[in-house]
Amino acid sequence: MANWVPLWLHRLSAPPTFYRFAGKLRPWCFWLAILATVIGLYGGLVLAPPDYQQGDAFRIIYVHVPSAWMGLFVYATMAVAAFIALVWRIKLAEVVAMQSAPIGAAFTFITLVTGSLWGQPTWGTWWTWGARLTSELVLLFLYLGVLGLYHAFEDRRQGARAASFLAIIGLVNLPIVHYSVQWWNTLHQGTTVRLLGPSTIDSRMLWPLLVMALATHLYWAASLLGRVRTDLLDLESGKHWVRELSQVNHRASQ
Amino acid sequence: MSLQSFFAMGGYAAYVWPAYAVFFVVLIADYLAPIRRRRRLLRELHARMARQKARENRRTSDAMDTARQQP
Repeated sequence: MANWVPLWLHRLSAPPTFYRFAGKLRPWCFWLAILATVIGLYGGLVLAPPDYQQGDAFRIIYVHVPSAWMGLFVYATMAVAAFIALVWRIKLAEVVAMQSAPIGAAFTFITLVTGSLWGQPTWGTWWTWGARLTSELVLLFLYLGVLGLYHAFEDRRQGARAASFLAIIGLVNLPIVHYSVQWWNTLHQGTTVRLLGPSTIDSRMLWPLLVMALATHLYWAASLLGRVRTDLLDLESGKHWVRELSQVNHRASQ
Repeated sequence: MSLQSFFAMGGYAAYVWPAYAVFFVVLIADYLAPIRRRRRLLRELHARMARQKARENRRTSDAMDTARQQP
């Protein structure tokens, strides 16, 4: 393989370089996410027909399912970053892993609340201790556990390593969340959107869902870049590049 | 489709709109948190640097005063 790829990655992982790179990329991700959300929600709330059983209540799917996918996706990326942080001790990987946790917690929280709002009119209950719902709640607690452990240490890098370890252990929960609707009897419906094989959902309902999934991924990128940028400033506040930046920022704000 | 029937959501308005509200409120809060933290960090750092500079200036002027007093 060409060796410019690892070389480029190595340079990019230097905090000042990554700070500038993230600053340029972030607005693009954010505005594309907004654009995709507008298109996706127009398709989902206006163009898609009501469900033959659930009527318009099914439209909660366009915030519930993309958030649920993100809850799992963010956890997986957090665990990969945590693994890199533990094995190669790269500062940027530690920061990415720790800054992923609040975003994943936000998406998982949205999933639980919107699921509850969907459960009441369709199942007649806000909550059941079914396998899907319980494992999703465990996912939220894992995110909060990672955050709590990280902040429990005086030394931030030590805290990041301990929390990274917990993040990797918590990976076992991901297949449980995903397969819970197959492994156990639960009120929660099974999978209707499949990457492999045909989806069992009308295409007029499906495309807005996929656009919303794209929107949440773009949003995640924007949010993570912003959080990592800010945390790098804090971690490197004694360094020359941050001091210079605070001077420039002060002059600009006057 | 009228705007009124759109907002009524076939009778499910009380479930659909709160779900969307939660989605947007949580994500907006998530987006703003690092922006506010970044502003605070830069402001605090600037104040710390200004204090440091003032202390250094004081120290040099004190040293000059003692030097002048000596014969």
